[in-house]
Amino acid sequence: MSNRFKSRYDDDINLFEGRWHLAQYALLIALLLAAPWLLGAYYLGELTAVLIWSLAGLGLMLISGHTGQVSLGHAAFMAIGAFTNLALMMRGWHFIPALLASAVTSGVLGAIISRPILRMSGIYLAIATLALSIIIEDLSIIAEPVTGGVAGLFAPPIDLFGMTIDRYSSPAAFYYLCLAVLVIVTLGYLNLLRSASGRSFLAVRDSEVSARALGVNVARAKTLSFALSCAMTGLAGALYAHLAQAVNYESFLVLISITLLLQVVIGGLGSVHGAFFGAIVVVLLPQSIAMLRDFLNNTAGISIAAYPGMDTALFALLILLMVIYEPRGLYGVWFKVRTWLQLFPLYRKGMFRRTRTYLKTERQR
Amino acid sequence: MSLLQVKDLSISFGGVKAVDGVSFEVEPGEVFTLVGPNGAGKSTIFNLISRLYEPSGGRIVFDGEDITGRPAHDVAGLGIARTFQNIELFDHSSVLQNLLIGRHCRRDTRWFEELFFLPKVRRSEREHRRQVEEVIDFLDLAAYRDKLIAGLPYGVRKVVEIARALSSEPKLILLDEPASGLSVEETQNMAWWIEDMQKDLGLTVLMVEHDMSLVSRVSNRVLAVAEGRPLAMGTAAEVQADPKVIEAYLGTEETA
Repeated sequence: MSNRFKSRYDDDINLFEGRWHLAQYALLIALLLAAPWLLGAYYLGELTAVLIWSLAGLGLMLISGHTGQVSLGHAAFMAIGAFTNLALMMRGWHFIPALLASAVTSGVLGAIISRPILRMSGIYLAIATLALSIIIEDLSIIAEPVTGGVAGLFAPPIDLFGMTIDRYSSPAAFYYLCLAVLVIVTLGYLNLLRSASGRSFLAVRDSEVSARALGVNVARAKTLSFALSCAMTGLAGALYAHLAQAVNYESFLVLISITLLLQVVIGGLGSVHGAFFGAIVVVLLPQSIAMLRDFLNNTAGISIAAYPGMDTALFALLILLMVIYEPRGLYGVWFKVRTWLQLFPLYRKGMFRRTRTYLKTERQR
Repeated sequence: MSLLQVKDLSISFGGVKAVDGVSFEVEPGEVFTLVGPNGAGKSTIFNLISRLYEPSGGRIVFDGEDITGRPAHDVAGLGIARTFQNIELFDHSSVLQNLLIGRHCRRDTRWFEELFFLPKVRRSEREHRRQVEEVIDFLDLAAYRDKLIAGLPYGVRKVVEIARALSSEPKLILLDEPASGLSVEETQNMAWWIEDMQKDLGLTVLMVEHDMSLVSRVSNRVLAVAEGRPLAMGTAAEVQADPKVIEAYLGTEETA
């Protein structure tokens, strides 16, 4: 489909490039809808986790991948979303308003915090956002009336459309709930990207000075991007609370923030696909390493379980290789494979010769 | 009335007076060129007009309105577009997207409308797309429409940057060294485009340029500046013949 003939302006505006493209995504959605019948309860749970981390990753992708502002503090907004949702539900709120409240609270707090924080860039911004993540750990203990203090909060079952949705007793229903939220958010994200606001984010990422000269209010664009990013991550936090069934100060450690950033970098900064690819890796890699461990133990008698920290080390190694050999992340790999297939047998060597590119925050302005 | 009036404009960086009391007026529909040796403050004047720098003195009046207090992001909407000396395109986006960003100052949709892509947003997007297509036609960029900037040759990027500026439907376009780094043929094309912008689009052009053949060919008036101060004003030939200008270039007139 590489030489698609465009005959209307809508061909550039529409989400899907023609029927074939639409059919591919329809098939993906169909597969996802059929997942409860295809997968066992355990793997359905893992898939639900992939959906939730995709949502959180989408949030970070907007600010880091598309607006070029690194955030090492997004776990803080997951925490805000999670605690808001659970605290409100325990006070008798219905799930849906409480979920919306999670997004709004995270978004508004994000907007407020973003004004001072996004005046910084590069390493300073990374440090400031990292501090956010650390502060929220303490705040979740201190703000006991809302967060339940050290003990944290337990997720009440969700009443929705006359059903009681619970992660364990009705995993399929919870899975569909997460899928619905993710699909809606993704569509909103894509809509934003194909209109003026989304373009202003890209402009800020690639050249703040020319963005300004073209009429983009840079501070406002950054604030909007950060707020929407936090709102998405807050939604993910709320869903995560129901997946984990209980949250406390230990649920959203700095490590989660870092993992989220790794997720979008591995997935591919600046691509919506990247958030999803990254989530698959982040959720399934520990799982695959565990399987590899059992496999080695059973077949070759090598016990890597004797070496604690092996999973983390392998994860780190993967990231290292990714950053060195494929800075565009898994999306880059996918893009190359797709192009190869589309052009077969005309693929030229050196087609994807890399030029040095950096996140704009690393460059001088 | 003049489209752009620059009155006694000054700015200093530390102890250096980069621009020191420069005044000039650009009439509607003319091509006005700033020339001068390196470090004369030409680009600084551009950055002052597009409000990227805060002047320490003087005023800038555009279309009858004092813009000296306006924020930089208002300038495009008022009708001043610009290009940069070292191309400042959005490298990871396609030509089309770059031009659409050029229309940002003409946006009429809010983000929450865009989130749901309301029919209004689609209408607005189609209109932006149509406007951009006109610029693509005008500058003959159709072959590059969907190409990423990062893969384009230098000469094409220069044209894309002008296209992006034109997308914002400006009254005045500031071109910062449009011919620098271009081949002879590309410079020739650039001269045609500048003439077309003036004649077909009725644009006013304010330009900084070193290539004197291009300057003489397209400019109605030329202002020579050196060390932040105006030296001479007139036609290209008059300015080139001015003894003060010759002196500023250390006696070596530009070999055009």
